[in-house]
Amino acid sequence: MSELEPAKMPPPIDPSTGEADEPSPAARLKVATRRRQLEEISDLVGNTVGEVRCEDPFMVAENVNVHYGELHAIKDVTLEIGKRQVVALIGPSGCGKTTFLRCLNRMNDSIESARVTGRITLDGQDIYSKTLDPVALRARVGIVFQKPNPFPKSIYDNVAYGPRIHGLAADRAELDDIVHTSLERAGLLKEVRDRLDEPGTSLSGGQQQRLCIARTIAVNPEVILMDEPCSALDPIATARIEDLIDELSENYAIVIVTHSMQQAARVSRRVAYFHLGRLVEVDDTDRIFTNPQHKLTENYITGRFG
Amino acid sequence: MTRRNTQEIVQAGLRRRHRKEAIFRTFGVLATAVGITFLGVFFVSLVGQGASAFRQTFIELDIEYSEEVLAPGGELDLEFADYDALVRNALWREFPDVTDRRERRELSRLVSAAAGFQLRNALIHDPGLLGTRGRVAVPASATVDMLAKGKVDRGLDTAQRPVTDRQFQWVDALAERGRLRINFNAALFANGDSREPELAGIKGALMGSFYMLIVTISISFPLGVAAAIYLEEFAPKSRWADLIEVNINNLAAVPSIVFGLLGLAVFINWLGMPRSAPLVGGLVLALLTLPVIIIASRAAITAVPPSIREAALGIGASRMQVVFHHVVPLALPGMLTGAIIGMSRALGETAPLLMIGMVAFIVDVPGGFSDPATALPVQIFLWADSPERAFAERTSAAIIVLLGFLLLMNLAAIILRKKLGRQW
Repeated sequence: MSELEPAKMPPPIDPSTGEADEPSPAARLKVATRRRQLEEISDLVGNTVGEVRCEDPFMVAENVNVHYGELHAIKDVTLEIGKRQVVALIGPSGCGKTTFLRCLNRMNDSIESARVTGRITLDGQDIYSKTLDPVALRARVGIVFQKPNPFPKSIYDNVAYGPRIHGLAADRAELDDIVHTSLERAGLLKEVRDRLDEPGTSLSGGQQQRLCIARTIAVNPEVILMDEPCSALDPIATARIEDLIDELSENYAIVIVTHSMQQAARVSRRVAYFHLGRLVEVDDTDRIFTNPQHKLTENYITGRFG
Repeated sequence: MTRRNTQEIVQAGLRRRHRKEAIFRTFGVLATAVGITFLGVFFVSLVGQGASAFRQTFIELDIEYSEEVLAPGGELDLEFADYDALVRNALWREFPDVTDRRERRELSRLVSAAAGFQLRNALIHDPGLLGTRGRVAVPASATVDMLAKGKVDRGLDTAQRPVTDRQFQWVDALAERGRLRINFNAALFANGDSREPELAGIKGALMGSFYMLIVTISISFPLGVAAAIYLEEFAPKSRWADLIEVNINNLAAVPSIVFGLLGLAVFINWLGMPRSAPLVGGLVLALLTLPVIIIASRAAITAVPPSIREAALGIGASRMQVVFHHVVPLALPGMLTGAIIGMSRALGETAPLLMIGMVAFIVDVPGGFSDPATALPVQIFLWADSPERAFAERTSAAIIVLLGFLLLMNLAAIILRKKLGRQW
């Protein structure tokens, strides 16, 4: 699969004869060497370095393994997430950050070939136990996706949908209250206050993402998961959302997957570095960026690969 | 490989590539032109033949509602009096020189058999007309109708045409006196089928088709949509699911007469339902339309982007809520379009209805789902069989009406699709 092997380029075609050029012996050696290097690196990971535990843990993942059919995507990851902190998951493409994130609210259930083993607890409760309803879990652990995906309904109905289906509001007045509060917390109320009936899809990209965040916090979750929330937005919208994450972290635990190390440095308190499905290093943001303990982490942070 | 070399090769090949494109485009235009020509010929001949059926010739006669004629014995029964005598007398007054018995019979054949009934209905509605005299426009017989519309060849020998020489003269005389009127043929839409062409109408067939379509849509739409939702959203992906999908696709291509045989064997023979009833016809057509609706609905459901499902799941919606709050509303336009197209196909089906007996000559307009009835395409089939000239034009008129309905339904589907279209 693509994460374990380098992508293979098709052999170049000789224009004069139209036949495929066989790679020269030198080129083949280069590819083989690279593959061996990566395998050596994968063996190098070993145990997770740094501080997996934290004080006052709210979500605990222990020995989590995820298989997509034959592919072993997450290898034996243990991580604790504290009550009101922002944890950033970083790593090269395809290292399993999003897969791990989606385990935390059982979104992987909707993927047929996915198999999750290990133990993940939310406030002491095993979220994969048969007695726990994933619907109730997702009301406590919300998620914001990479590409903003508001419902094709009005702005009001977008935010009100969650409270409606979970029965959080007794009447219209309470619902109004929840919607307004959520929009305000998401920093969107001032811009849409007088057009709540317009469709959510009529907003700009940054506004749509803030609408999705408002929608998520309307059900009053305890943890918010964010899968590269700013990657589809321009720098100004990104800055607004990062400010928002800062404010939200006072009330919610936030786990954010990000490609940008600068964003991780700005936003998070702890950083977890993933590589090829393994959790390489976890530590406080300052320490991991100034003094990484694992060679792989150092390589990634300094930009040697990934 | 130098850059100039490449350029020369590309340049050399350009002419051939452009010529291929030009040839293909010519073929495309030709094919379209042929198609449009055939369509044009079809429509022109159809409208040319059928347009005249929407008008009917009427003869204005001086009718005297004479009490002596209606009740020769003294006792006047409005229901059963001899109204035909009133018509005959009016005709004889019009042409007093006609005394020969055979000629008088020929004269009375100028007017439709419905004339008497028209006078009867008028008198029953307003008994004050008794004893009065007035101009009444009564429908002409089919032969006079055809004559007035110019469809009878005067040059033919007497034995080869349905109109005698004397009848020609009388009709010309009436025309000269301004007694011939050509008005809208209301009978076409108000009456059921009849042996007399001037009385024959499609109302019976229209009502039969209408009842049938109601049965069809109320069965096939809910079932089809529910099946599509289940197969697409809830059924586990297994070999059974694949088998079902293949079978549904095949069912959509099964010849419709097979469904008629099924209806005959199961609904009529085994379940004992009434023959020729719109209920059975509707059931058979529902079976026909079901695969079409399932396929269209599945396509509409698949078109809903997964990001919306994920967003709903992430908020904590249960699977049913995801499907019914988000997927189905977004897929509904596609489902409705598929349903309308399925319905318009069902409207035009004839073969399965022949199998279950909706091919009988039924005069009464059906009042309910279990009354014997016929359907519009079957009515066309029956009239097409008749050699009478008047039925030939009525066949084309009925086809025009059927095509009109099909056009309306497809237009509705297009408008629906445009209006509700993509909302995400």
